[in-house]
Amino acid sequence: MTGTKTCPVHSARLQIQLVCDPTAGNYLQNPSTAFAKKFMPELITRVLQPAEALGRFVLLMAKAFGSIGEFRLYWKNIVDQMVKIGIDSIPIVALAALFSGAVTTVQTAYQLVSPFIPKSVIGAVVVPSVILELGAVVTGFLLAGRVGARIAAELGTMRVTEQIDALEAMGLNSIGYLIVPRVVAGVLMFPVLYATACFVGVAGGAFVGSLTGAVPIGEFIDGAREFFKPFDPIFGLIKSFVFGFAITAISCYKGYFTEGGAEGVGRATTQAAVTSCVYILIADLVLAAALL
Amino acid sequence: MIDVRNIDKSFGGKPVLKNVSLQVHESETLAIIGRSGSGKSVLMKHLIGLLRPDSGHVLIDGTDINKIDYDELQEVRRQFGVLFQGGALFDSLDSFENVAFPLRTFTSMTDDAIKKEVEECLMMVNLPDVGSKYPAELSGGMRKRVALARAVSLRPRYILYDEPTSGLDPETSNTINELITALAEQLSVTSIVVTHDMHSVLDVADRAALVHGGTIHWSGTIQDLHLCEDRVVCNFVRASEYQIGMSLSESQQ
Repeated sequence: MTGTKTCPVHSARLQIQLVCDPTAGNYLQNPSTAFAKKFMPELITRVLQPAEALGRFVLLMAKAFGSIGEFRLYWKNIVDQMVKIGIDSIPIVALAALFSGAVTTVQTAYQLVSPFIPKSVIGAVVVPSVILELGAVVTGFLLAGRVGARIAAELGTMRVTEQIDALEAMGLNSIGYLIVPRVVAGVLMFPVLYATACFVGVAGGAFVGSLTGAVPIGEFIDGAREFFKPFDPIFGLIKSFVFGFAITAISCYKGYFTEGGAEGVGRATTQAAVTSCVYILIADLVLAAALL
Repeated sequence: MIDVRNIDKSFGGKPVLKNVSLQVHESETLAIIGRSGSGKSVLMKHLIGLLRPDSGHVLIDGTDINKIDYDELQEVRRQFGVLFQGGALFDSLDSFENVAFPLRTFTSMTDDAIKKEVEECLMMVNLPDVGSKYPAELSGGMRKRVALARAVSLRPRYILYDEPTSGLDPETSNTINELITALAEQLSVTSIVVTHDMHSVLDVADRAALVHGGTIHWSGTIQDLHLCEDRVVCNFVRASEYQIGMSLSESQQ
């Protein structure tokens, strides 16, 4: 017996490992090299995955908009998608904006309880909040779920049931036919939804402020007018264009490249909604830092 | 004429097609047979450029479809009608609009002319009354027949059938086989049928090519197929005959 003891279970495991994987013994000889050999390729793949995804995304968009010359094939689809993405989303966007404006008013009133602060300040806080941030971001989040998930599920299902292959086999550019109408409709309709959200949000804030006695409508509007900057709605519109493009383009990308049957469609749908939300947050910050 | 020359194709380092060569002559019906997962559908997708080979050439009427630009490839594809395994009908369109889709997209036909043409195509597949039905409202066999009507609506020179009878009952399979034969005669098209259904092969094909181990293991006429003594071919044909025999004995019992 030597002074060192070997755990019998560990020893047995190591022997099995050596039999099954001849390179396993390398860990004992030179652990760092063996680790690098075994895990570096996977590490590199994982690091490069986002770059590969970005490359595929850019190529997809380039191919889509490279086929814009075949507009006669798409215009009916664009109108159809404008209805599905834009008009059909108005009720839920209006509802969310109404409550956002109302809650912002009530909470601002709660925070500004002081005889030295005029009530019109509530309007001066709520209206820019809605125009600069809430109108665009709340609409963006809602549509990432409603529109983004729908686009990814629709294209994903078309992919796994070979409908996209059928379009290509007919001699039709499936990328242009499926993606251009959705992205164009998104970019055109998001500003409309943003404007709706702003109008309903401000109106909801003013109405609930008056209803709860926090601020009369007249004072609310006076405060809003006093601090209104013409660039604010322009900035909001720029945001809505960017969000519209991000949500529809990301969702088209996720749906178009779906793999793996029903599970793949589920995965693509979830990824479309989540990734769109993340990019909305990033774009929100970048645009604010760059333009304000 | 379709001429496949020495194509190789791998997925994730795993070879699926190895040095495959195949010729399909004008107006003939060729069956590409083989076990599930042998690479038949992969080979078929190479014929219309849905997949590109790692090496080798696919010539359609002398044009190498992997050396032309995308617009030219689309032109070549318009000479093909493809019946996909599940039909691949567009869910959002009813049967009439599915069949009308290629006509609306690629021709300048009037609505009346399109209506007449669609009705004719649906009549060709013996489904004159399903125009208003959506794909979800059709049975598997009906979906395939509507998809076949869509595939022939532009009067293609070539029709590719991917597992046309898989998942169908024997009676519906026979109907599909009869349609394939009738269309080949009526339209004088060149047909390629990818299948593992020997019934279908014997009913519709002039020639057969067996894909095995990623290569064309055997090819010849249907008469040659009966006389062939190659072990792989015999095993495949006998297994099918055994299945047919089992089905018959079960039904007799």
